Amino acid sequence: MLWLLLLIPTGAGLLAMTLRRQARLRRWLLLATAAAHAALTALAWFFRPEPVLYGWLGLDHASLLFLSITSSLFMAASAYTAGYLRREPPRKTDFQEGLLFTDAPEARFVGCLLLFLATMTLVAESRHLGLLWVGVEATTLASAPLIYFHRHHRSLEATWKYLLICSVGIALALQGNFFLAVAAKGTPEVHLTIEHLMAGSRQLDPLWLKAAFLLLLVGYGTKMGLAPMHTWLPDAHSEAPSVVSALLSGALLNCAFLGILRVHAIMGAAGLGDFSSQLLIGLGLVSMAVAAVFIIEQADFKRMLAYSSVEHMGILSLGAGLGGLAGMGSMLHLVNHSFTKAMLFLLAGNILAAYRTKSTRQVRGLLQALPLTGPLWLAGFLAIAGSPPFGLFVSELIILKGALQGGHVLVATAYLLALGVIFAAMARSVLQMAYGTPEGAVPGPARVQEAWAVLPPMALGAIVLALGVYMPPWLQTALSDAARAAGVH
Amino acid sequence: MPTALDLLGVLLILANLRLLGSSRLAACIRAVALQAVILGAAALLANLPDLDARVVIIAVASTGLKAGALPWLLRRAIRESGAVREIEPFIGFTASLLVGVGLLGLCFLIGSPLSAHVAAGSGLLITVSLFTTATGLLVIVSRRKAVTQVLGYLAMENGIYAFGMAFAIQEPLLVEMGVLLDVFVAVFVMGITIYNISREFDHIDTDRLSALKD
Repeated sequence: MLWLLLLIPTGAGLLAMTLRRQARLRRWLLLATAAAHAALTALAWFFRPEPVLYGWLGLDHASLLFLSITSSLFMAASAYTAGYLRREPPRKTDFQEGLLFTDAPEARFVGCLLLFLATMTLVAESRHLGLLWVGVEATTLASAPLIYFHRHHRSLEATWKYLLICSVGIALALQGNFFLAVAAKGTPEVHLTIEHLMAGSRQLDPLWLKAAFLLLLVGYGTKMGLAPMHTWLPDAHSEAPSVVSALLSGALLNCAFLGILRVHAIMGAAGLGDFSSQLLIGLGLVSMAVAAVFIIEQADFKRMLAYSSVEHMGILSLGAGLGGLAGMGSMLHLVNHSFTKAMLFLLAGNILAAYRTKSTRQVRGLLQALPLTGPLWLAGFLAIAGSPPFGLFVSELIILKGALQGGHVLVATAYLLALGVIFAAMARSVLQMAYGTPEGAVPGPARVQEAWAVLPPMALGAIVLALGVYMPPWLQTALSDAARAAGVH
Repeated sequence: MPTALDLLGVLLILANLRLLGSSRLAACIRAVALQAVILGAAALLANLPDLDARVVIIAVASTGLKAGALPWLLRRAIRESGAVREIEPFIGFTASLLVGVGLLGLCFLIGSPLSAHVAAGSGLLITVSLFTTATGLLVIVSRRKAVTQVLGYLAMENGIYAFGMAFAIQEPLLVEMGVLLDVFVAVFVMGITIYNISREFDHIDTDRLSALKD
């Protein structure tokens, strides 16, 4: 089953690249693969697969949670993509600068999307830190061509920054892996599997271990978008097609977070949990503060969402660093943020297609002009900003409670302050976009009202709403288990 | 064996200085390819008495890739873009050399106490590996051309590879091959991106890629 989860999207991705002419077949392939992946992942909840490949691939509670998020987002995204590719003209005029550009071949786009799913699955399944590294770097490489789908100079610039910054960051993480291996020299058998490192954690050399954690935190933190290593993130998210932004924010950033959590768990087992917790809390707060600064007066709504991702990655890191109740909260927050952010990016794609602008100032009267996308956008904002009755309200509250229980009053104050500033700043932009009357007719095509463009974000939004209203007991158990497996309980 | 390994270490230092001090892109590509050859030789030498298939496979694959395929790819990229030399880097060539020598001293300070941990072979290797990684980082931040930045990335990878060798870290073959595959695809994708940049902009100066900012 673990192999199937990896090999189905890999095979389908390679196949899609060879289907140069059969556009319909390619889109069906995308949908079928996404469905098969989701079905297998769902099955894994009931029949936990045994580890394979010397135990390097396996699913613990944390992996399963991350994998499920990835798989369900990919399902929503591929439904959106199938419609999007059908309607998107291959040659068009750039609305920002009026230049003509073409799209990259669709076969390559669909192929890379599927390979992207395969690499993210590898990250979730890896029980060997070397393999995990290979997976994280591979996600960068599979997703870079996706960012350069609309072939113009801005997306090219974003792709270059993404490739270089993330690759250099991840190279540092490789050095971190080697430091970890040196730290493990004292143990009888050097194996970078999580089981081995956890079991022999007391014999790890603390100095090397600390250095390894620092390098891995900087490396995977770059990929996760923690400030101050987040600089690639707003560019990539604003220039990629919206469906790609949704996957980057909702699924890819989580993968890097999982990498950090794995090492954090080893630090905890080795009795250095305080060291790594403080770093995670610090970086989390810095990320929230940086995001707040850039969300104020942000003129581009896709960049606004991107900075909001930086903020939420900060919250995740903070929750993981605080541990205890907040650790469990951060697992819930992970689920909530992924679904909400993916929903918002898909809606941003609709708004972009209808209004032909990314500027918040030029979008007016969304509620009136787009009777489905508009209200969803407003709801999505309320959700991401953490207002009841949505799931993020609950998870942010749990993290706050966890902080206060642990006696981190200052941290809790800074956390609330950043949340408040971001709420106000985003409210201003979003409300202006939603209300008022559209200036003249909305220039874009009517396609943004079609089922494929509205149903996926609506489904994602419904999940977030449901999580805010009622949390089933089995999910609560699953989240606590995931937090325990990730070492942040 | 230690003397031969030390000699290779010194050669690696010289290759790094060459990378820092040369303005010609072709010379920089050669310097990084040379690094890979030296590392391949060092990997074989360090394990000489009992060479096993695993070490040979990794050394050969890694050298072939980093000294053969990737330089070829990058040479193509600069031919397409018409760029010949790095012009006015953020840190000049003489200054880069001076900074490089300073870094080397620093790496000696950090590396010497660590060489007590080194499993076998040359104690110099750890210093050199740190220096190679630092050189790569310095090149990435101080140069304008996209090709040179990719070379910096490769130098970093070489440095990390040397570090693994110095501590005789034996990662499973599958993982080593995965890492190599990632490096190969990374440089491949970067090469294509450089090709696209030169076609779109008529230059490959990354500091002039500045349309996106807040």
